[in-house]
Order: sequence, then C-alpha cells, then structure tokens
Amino acid sequence: MSSIAAKAPTRSFSFTKFLANNGALVGLVVLCIALFIATPDFLTGRNILNIGIQVSTVAVLAFGVTFVIVAGGIDLSVGSVAALASMSSGYFFSTSGLPGWLALIAGLAVGIIAGAVNGLASAYGKLPSFIATLAMLSVARGLTLVISDGRPLPTSPQVSFLGSDIGPVPVPIIVLVIAAVVASFLLNRTVLGRSMFAVGGNAEAARLSGLPVKRIVVVVFALSGLFAALAGLLLAGRLDSAQPQAASGYELDAIASVVIGGASLAGGVGRISGTFIGALVLVVIRNGLNLLNVSSFWQQVVIGLVIAIAVGFDVLRRKTRSS
Amino acid sequence: MKFSSTTRKAATIGAVAALVLVGTAGCNRASSGAGANPKVVLSLSTLNNPFFIEVRDGAKAEAAKKGVDLEIVDAQNDSAQQSNQLQTAASGSAKAVIVNPVDSDAVGSSVSALNKGDIPVVAVDRTVNGATTASFIASDNVAGGEQAAEDLAKAIGEKGDILVLQGQAGTSASRDRGKGFAEGIKKYPNIKVVGEQTANFDRATALDVTTNLLQAHPGIVGIFAENDEMALGAIKALGSKAGTSVKVASFDGEDDGLSAIKDGTLSSTIAQQPAKLGALAVDQALLAIDGKATKTVSVPVVSVTKTNVGDFSK
Repeated sequence: MSSIAAKAPTRSFSFTKFLANNGALVGLVVLCIALFIATPDFLTGRNILNIGIQVSTVAVLAFGVTFVIVAGGIDLSVGSVAALASMSSGYFFSTSGLPGWLALIAGLAVGIIAGAVNGLASAYGKLPSFIATLAMLSVARGLTLVISDGRPLPTSPQVSFLGSDIGPVPVPIIVLVIAAVVASFLLNRTVLGRSMFAVGGNAEAARLSGLPVKRIVVVVFALSGLFAALAGLLLAGRLDSAQPQAASGYELDAIASVVIGGASLAGGVGRISGTFIGALVLVVIRNGLNLLNVSSFWQQVVIGLVIAIAVGFDVLRRKTRSS
Repeated sequence: MKFSSTTRKAATIGAVAALVLVGTAGCNRASSGAGANPKVVLSLSTLNNPFFIEVRDGAKAEAAKKGVDLEIVDAQNDSAQQSNQLQTAASGSAKAVIVNPVDSDAVGSSVSALNKGDIPVVAVDRTVNGATTASFIASDNVAGGEQAAEDLAKAIGEKGDILVLQGQAGTSASRDRGKGFAEGIKKYPNIKVVGEQTANFDRATALDVTTNLLQAHPGIVGIFAENDEMALGAIKALGSKAGTSVKVASFDGEDDGLSAIKDGTLSSTIAQQPAKLGALAVDQALLAIDGKATKTVSVPVVSVTKTNVGDFSK
C-alpha cells in the first residue's frame, strides 16, 4: 500500500514539475509563438538561419562554461579568452607568417593554455575560480590589446571559412552542431563528464572516493578555454578580422545561457541541451526585438527579467526535489 | 661568469636604492622641472579603438617634434579610473594635462582640482563640464552628421527607405552625429528612416543587428552608421548588396573604412583627423603653459568618397 502511494505522484502529470524541469524550453516556445504573431518576418527560413548563426558564438562559449559550472566553479574569462585566441591566431597568421591552418590551431592552443592557467590557479593556487577567472578576464583582454595595439588584424582564410557558407548551410551552424555533440558526449558519456558532476556535487566526497579532483578541475577549465577559443575564431571568421574589443561582455551571456538552461550555480547540475536552449532564448529575444524595432535599452531590461525568472525556476526545482 | 654573493648583494642593494631615489624624485615637483622637457600628461578615454590610437600617435609625434615629455594614460572607458589618473597628474610634475573625457560631466571634479593647482587643462574630442579648460579641440560632429546625410541622399538618388545604426547611447559623439544626420535627412522628403537601432559602435553587434533589421526591412536602399566599425559590420550583413543595391554611409575615416571605400562597399565616410586632434592638443598644451592657448579649436571634417579617397590613405 505504501509503495503504491509513493509511486503515484510521479506517474500523475504535475504541471509544476514539468515547468520546473523544462522551463527554458517552454519559455522559448512561448517566446517564438509571441514573436510569430507580432511579426511575420520572424518565422522565415532566412531568419531561422540568422538565429542559428547568431547563437553559434554564444552557445559554443556557453558549452565550455557549462562544464565549469557543473563542476562547481565559474568562468568569467571566456569573452576575453575568445578575443585573445582570435587575436593570437590573427597575429600568428598576419605578422608571424604562419600557415593559415596552423594559425587556427595556435589560436585554439592559446585558449587551452589560458583555460589551464585558470584551472591551475584555482586547483593548486587555491584561488576561488571567481577570482582566478576575474583576473584572467583582465589579463587576457590586456594581452589582446598588447598584441593588436588596439587595431583589428586580418585573419587567415581558414578562420574566414568558419564564417562562410557551404552551399545553403552556414559553417557556424555546422560548427555549433559538432560542438554540441562533442560537449554533450563529454559531459554525459565519459568518465571525465561523470567526474565533473561528482566534483560539483561534493568535491570532498569525490576526493575521498579516489578522484583526482585537482587534475579534473584543470582539465575542465582547459576545456572551457578551448570552447571559448573556438567561439572567438567563429566570431573572427564572421567578421573576417580579429577585433580587440570582440566578445566583450559575452561571459555574462554565456553564464546566463547556462543558468537559463537549468544548471545550478551551486554545481552538480547542468545539461548541454539546456545551455543551448538558454543561448537560443537570449538570441531570439534580441532578434525579435530588433525585428520589432524595440530599443536596445528595453532588450537589456527584458533579458535581465528572463535571467531572474530562470533562476527562480532553479529554486523552485530544488524545492520540488527536496520535498 | 659567476657572481660572488657579495657582488650580488651589493647589486641588489644598489638597485633598491636606485628605485627608492627614483620614487622620491617623482614626488618632488621642483627637482624634475629644471632644464628638462616640460611634462604633459595625456589621459585618453580608451586605447581600445583605432580612432583614439591615432589621436595618441598624432600627439606622440608632435611631442617628439616640440620636445615635450608626454606621459600617456588610458582610462579604459572608466570614469573613476580617469579621475584617479588625473589626481595622480595633479600631484605629479605635470605642467599641463590633455584630457579626452570618458564622460564630460564625471570628469568635471578632477579637472577642477587641476584648475586649483594651476595646471592648465586641454580637452580633446569631448568637452569638460563644470570646470575650466584652457582649450577645447574637436571635430564638428553635428556638421559631420549633416554632411553624412547629404552624402547618403546623393548616393541613393534622394529617395527610399534607410536604416540608422546608432553608436553607444549617452556619448556625445553618438548624440551629435545622430542629431546632425536627422537634421540633414529632413531636407529629403522622399527618404524615410524605417529602422533605428543601436549597435554600440561595435562591428560584431552591427553585423547581428543589421542582419535582423534586414529581415524586417528587406527593401532598404541605404544605411547610415555612426562610425566605420558599425558600417563594416553592416556591410558584412549586406553581403553582395553592399555598394550595389544598398549604399552605406558612415563616420570616422579609419583605415578599414577607407579600404572599404576603395573596394566600393562603403559609399562615403566623414573623415575626422584624429592625428591632427592629437597634434593640436599638444600644441595648445604648450601654449597653455604660457597662458596663450586658444579657447576653441575646430578641426574640419571632410567627406571621403571614391573620388578623393586617395588623398586620405596612408
């Protein structure tokens, strides 16, 4: 009798629970329907592709941040690291004369190094990741300006390719899909991914059960740096140039995407699909409000409210789970 | 090649002593003045922008020519940081200060402090409110905006729908250019501004915003961007339409903008002469030390199109 009673609530459909677990998706659908009614330009094939291209940078950046947040940390440096990686790649190509594809790989390597430094500082240097990555935010942006002297640099054809189309399909969307599959695989199907959840859930328990927590933290931040670098190169590809001020403030969009997507800033919870939906929510709001010619001041207000509501759902979800 | 520990110790002590000496000398205003070149501090709002880099380069070149010891500080678009830097200048050995305010109002109190210390202040590109400046050097942004409107109107045959990409809200450059453009475009009743959005003077933002606006307004024939960076983003969004069915006009005359004019994707830009702004600022700072500065110096803006672009590229 008692076992039936215990099972019953999970079988019956609970609207609160559904909303709590799929809040971002429901929000996205509602947003799309509202925009479709408000403007006929929203649901056109071309506009869907535009949204896909625009979401690629933010989403790729946010995938990396998802790893860090799942592992219980935070990465504030991804926007600066993205800019540093694209600027380094541009520098290696245009000033050092490296072959284009090598310059592209060097850009990615710069991202991994910057991320690893974040990881070393927080795992072995005992800095809170908030502080370590806050420092990197400033250092990486500063180095970007040192390299560029404040001027944009041309990028290699291989980087420009990242911003072009293959037939009707924009390359950024292809990169986005590959990055999503890889990130999702890493997080859900590998030992490393499960270790991230373990470390984020309870670092001490993870350590006691034999996980090399410090090394995992370094790898997690290095991965975040790699995804940031990829996002930076995507952006540079779309602009055909590495911009010193590129991706300023994108770290906040990335964190917002992860949070809207249902990850908990307390660590241990997060999904790549959720992060992708979170990034889509941000981009669709900006796209829709542009189409409606709403001032960007109001866009900021709306995005702030969406973040607040999303975190509200996070609290609600934890409450329904614990009860 | 090995050093004994005593030499190493002596060297360390020597180095520390030298540092201390240099440090204290810096605090003493009188000691560094005699015989040496006059020291002028140049405080720039940001060096994260090609325009201000050219201001800096122009000032540097002029300082070298006139024998001025120019110290350049970058406020990184942060008013608080700029006020700290100006305070440092006020207590240092500077004979004059050139300031390019992050914010015209916020800079007022730190400039007042310099006024009290009898250090003359020259403002570049943006004004200082609530304090005295010996000289103000700027391009005429309102006139430039009007000129841009005329250029764009001419390029599109004085009729059709256009978009406007605004710069960072709250900056005088965006306000003045926007105001000038709005006044200029009023003279053409057949031109209609159908979309107006800010893209923060940033290329990547302009690419996304223009792409989105083109969905809602596919039939536009012109775009005005309040700086070259945004125009280049818009051109990227327009693809093959740029320069053919859609004409783009902008403001600044940066290197990248000038090459876009040569390529035919950008139809016109309003060239400011940032290097000249920097050079004139140094000249005025020198004059101000002797109390002979000119109150306002206007640097003319010039329309650059394909016909005269050769005169501007370096």
